[in-house]
Amino acid sequence: MKITAGLTPYGELNRQVREALETTDTVTLENVNGQRYIGCGLDAGKTVTIYGTPGNDMACYLNGGRVEVFGNGQDAVGNTMSGGEIVIHGHVGDALGYAMRDGEIYIEQGVSCRGGIHMKEFGKMKPAVVIGGVAGAFMGEYMAGGVIVILGLGKKPEDDLFGSHCATGMHGGKIYLRGAYPEHHVSRNIAVSALNEEDQKELDGYLQKYCAYFGADMEEIKSVPFVKFTPESSRPYGNMYTAN
Amino acid sequence: MMRYFQPEFHIVRDPARCIHCGCCVRQCANECHYFDEDGKTVLCRDESCVSCQRCVCLCPTGALRIEKFKSDYRESAVWTQQVQKEICRQASTGGTLLSAMGNPKPYPIYWDHMLLNASQVTNPSIDPLREPMEIRTFLGRKPDRLSFTKDKKLLTEMPPQIKLETPILFSAMSFGSISLNAHRALSAAAKELGTLFNTGEGGLHPDLHDMGQYAVVQVASGRFGVHKDYLNNSAFIEIKIGQGAKPGIGGHLPGEKVNVEVSNARMIPVGSDAISPAPHHDIYSIEDLRQLIWSLKEVTEGKKPVCVKIAAVHNCAAIVSGVARAGADIIAIDGFRGGTGAAPTRIRDNVGIPIELALASADQRLRDEGIRSRVSLLAAGPTRNAADVVKAIALGADAVYIASAALIAIGCHMCQTCNTGRCNWGIATQREDLTRRLNPEIAKERLVNLVTAWNHEIKEMLGGMGINSLDSLRGNRLMLRGIGLTEKELSVLGIRHAGE
Ligand code: SF4
Ligand code: SF4
Repeated sequence: MKITAGLTPYGELNRQVREALETTDTVTLENVNGQRYIGCGLDAGKTVTIYGTPGNDMACYLNGGRVEVFGNGQDAVGNTMSGGEIVIHGHVGDALGYAMRDGEIYIEQGVSCRGGIHMKEFGKMKPAVVIGGVAGAFMGEYMAGGVIVILGLGKKPEDDLFGSHCATGMHGGKIYLRGAYPEHHVSRNIAVSALNEEDQKELDGYLQKYCAYFGADMEEIKSVPFVKFTPESSRPYGNMYTAN
Repeated sequence: MMRYFQPEFHIVRDPARCIHCGCCVRQCANECHYFDEDGKTVLCRDESCVSCQRCVCLCPTGALRIEKFKSDYRESAVWTQQVQKEICRQASTGGTLLSAMGNPKPYPIYWDHMLLNASQVTNPSIDPLREPMEIRTFLGRKPDRLSFTKDKKLLTEMPPQIKLETPILFSAMSFGSISLNAHRALSAAAKELGTLFNTGEGGLHPDLHDMGQYAVVQVASGRFGVHKDYLNNSAFIEIKIGQGAKPGIGGHLPGEKVNVEVSNARMIPVGSDAISPAPHHDIYSIEDLRQLIWSLKEVTEGKKPVCVKIAAVHNCAAIVSGVARAGADIIAIDGFRGGTGAAPTRIRDNVGIPIELALASADQRLRDEGIRSRVSLLAAGPTRNAADVVKAIALGADAVYIASAALIAIGCHMCQTCNTGRCNWGIATQREDLTRRLNPEIAKERLVNLVTAWNHEIKEMLGGMGINSLDSLRGNRLMLRGIGLTEKELSVLGIRHAGE
């Protein structure tokens, strides 16, 4: 089913989408102009495809559904999502995947600040964010679980793979990085290591999907070596306190 | 290791009464009591006693008493024993001091400087035993005006309202900081009383799923356990921006407390630290807060009111105004004496302001701006009895949140060491041998009794003022008079002095 968003206010647009999804599983939105909360809480089995520029908090609380954007995302894409898949054919703004618990996000190009903050995992739930370009400051801050991949494709020589304060307070999960990264931006509690076999298998899975979604060349991506960031301790603040 | 400071408490065992039954040995999780090598004689060590009174209450022969450890330092109003002890603790460990419960310092308690009115002659007082008294409370945004059709049907679309049978709700205490049995008791009591409990930031345990309709579900910066079903399985949603006991800082549930059950509710691995960052990283402005409020309304299809909880801080009146304009339906303000499972001592004791002043100034600000009816105000941190509740409502609160009083009702003795995870009363702990001590059935009864008693006292005080509905008291500051307050304090509270 197709809906032309135009200048319809977000509340009305999202109501139309909800109603449409009662009778169908797939909705395509055209000419989207910054409407917020599209795909909010979308359940498993439902797909929303977006042409244009969806507004903030797109696919927040995503509940197993799938949202694909042919255009750029804005801030807080996939905020507090619990599962599902988000694919963005472009770049996104701040606070991508904040506190996400499960599901996967694929961004063709770069992301701005505060990506993947406080991602967490639980049991079989393991979220992943794959970024084709570069990331801004505070990437993976407070990260408690899950996987972030930063590829740096199309990176200009003057760009860093990520901005300042990368992985500050990280206490779980992994960040896979392709190629050179700015060492002075890595927070102190981070261990840098080579990928083991299991890591490589896991990473390949994400890369295959990235290539499939965006037509990237797997061989070219893998021609540059990856490293892995993990937290040195799962309890970075364990010894900070004394009972009074 | 050499000790630089004395114990805080001295355990006094009356040899004439002690029968060496070992009850205290089993009860004290701080291992203060122990059997001598002979396996028969019970002895004790003072060092780790926190004066939780568990052994005193349970000793079958009444042989135990806890005293302050008396060993007087040379007097100094500056370098008190407490000040010196804290320095020594930090000198030994290099750690940030961690305490629990609310600010214990002797700052003024304004509840105790306000007096209530009563009718004499001109406006007859009412006896709540004979006449109906309305304390039912509705929370939620109220429309500016109502319009009706000719045949008197309501045309205005009403924002969702929460109907409570009492102006008292149980405040946020997460499962993790308190035990599942405590959560069971709070939720069951809320159901029976026609009020709500609050999940805190730790999510809702699967066992309590059916109690969702009696739950205020919290969304804090860590977003633990927050998902679509959790948000929809609730009475209303509360965004936690701040907490009175520790304004400006986040939360931190140490990995030791994250057992299988806590991990299920929070949806994080067993044994991992549950860290709530100081800010929500998707909220750096009132505009961003607005975005979160409306995203929560979106995911609940506008059916759930959204509350924003802030700590009482210096500019809270202006902040409350901004939060109201951002679309909150309810605003909870938490005063600096509000309890907590753990807070850095320096923050607990020095940051924030009293709820009485924050509430009065916030209510006034919203009135001045003509937006008071857009939000309900919840006062927290703390109200200790029915008189405090009545005073809070006269100052402008729609309802109050209680937490510390509720815990005291079920056994807490304010030992202020919840952070250790060794609560002998089975409340602020996840140790199974300790949590078993809290019987949720009995605890529920005690909570129901407490609030029922307060309800009655509230009605009595209302009746005395000649008022038969709590709504007529809301923001009715003429019913309050200050005693022993300065002009400035009176003006912030918006009340006159006694005798005026
Ligand atoms: S900590 Fe509590 S139970 Fe233990 S000795 Fe002190 S008062 Fe008794
Ligand atoms: S809840 Fe337990 S540990 Fe905390 S103050 Fe009360 S008795 Fe002490």
